[in-house]
Amino acid sequence: MEKGKKPVSKDIKHEYPIRGMDFVAAGEASSNIKHTLQLIGFAPAIIRRAAIAAYESEMNIVIHATEGTLKTTISPERIEIIAADTGPGIPDIELAMREGYSTAPDHIREMGFGAGMGLPNIKNVSDEFTLDSTFGKGTTLKVVIYNQ
Amino acid sequence: MNLRELCKLLEAKMHCCEELLEKEITYVCAGDLMSDILMFSEPNALLVTGLVNIQVIRTAEMLDISAVLFIRGKTPTDEMLELAKTKGIPLLTTDHTFYLSCGLLYEAGLKNAPMKTDKNELKY
Ligand SMILES: Nc1ncnc2c1ncn2[C@@H]1O[C@H](COP(=O)(O)OP(=O)(O)OP(=O)(O)O)[C@@H](O)[C@H]1O
Ligand SMILES: [Mg+2]
Repeated sequence: MEKGKKPVSKDIKHEYPIRGMDFVAAGEASSNIKHTLQLIGFAPAIIRRAAIAAYESEMNIVIHATEGTLKTTISPERIEIIAADTGPGIPDIELAMREGYSTAPDHIREMGFGAGMGLPNIKNVSDEFTLDSTFGKGTTLKVVIYNQ
Repeated sequence: MNLRELCKLLEAKMHCCEELLEKEITYVCAGDLMSDILMFSEPNALLVTGLVNIQVIRTAEMLDISAVLFIRGKTPTDEMLELAKTKGIPLLTTDHTFYLSCGLLYEAGLKNAPMKTDKNELKY
């Protein structure tokens, strides 16, 4: 390495834009994330947990938000997924975390979503779970899964 | 039981991935709401559903589902077939009802896919 240069981080970073209500593309970002994890060679059980967290977060942006991104930072020790969107935000996080609580309208339920299980599922599969939201502004969900 | 035997039992038709006919199935999960399905923690299960859209295939992909069975004569769209083929997920259809399909599978000894509780324990 050249003198004076900062060591390059070995983390692999990716960013995927997600559009609200785009049900054709919905799931593609998570599919790409899963594929990347498979190429790197994580154990199937770890990949599954990350894929579930990514997919539920992606679907929450598609269903409940206008637009957002999924950002992943992958190192040999951990998989970090940050799902951030620009609104409408969650007025009551405690309520949103309850199993079965959903504001999804009928036409979303007909598509197979709106069980109110997404956020509890994400929490179940993750080692670190941080949900921040400002009503009227947007939501940021950070999930970390340890490779162990 | 493998997919070939499963097709016979349910008078089901396989719409893609015929090379996987010998694939063994031990667990079954069933439902029409995808997040209910995404709680199941056993890979390589059969997913039985009455929901027909592309997100069913996405859900199956994320969960490492072995095959998807659509009940009561519901057939997958071309778009779903294309995605299932690239992901190597066999799609099956039967004319049987949801209840009868699950009943026959249960009777044949297939197990209920366990769910993970919030205490990280497996619930059967
Ligand atoms: N990104 C988001 N922006 C705004 N509201 C959200 C967001 N994510 C979740 N919510 C709110 O929290 C509720 C619960 O979310 P959760 O993912 O648990 O269930 P759901 O998306 O309604 O249904 P399911 O995930 O089971 O298909 C949602 O119904 C919605 O009101
Ligand atoms: Mg959700």
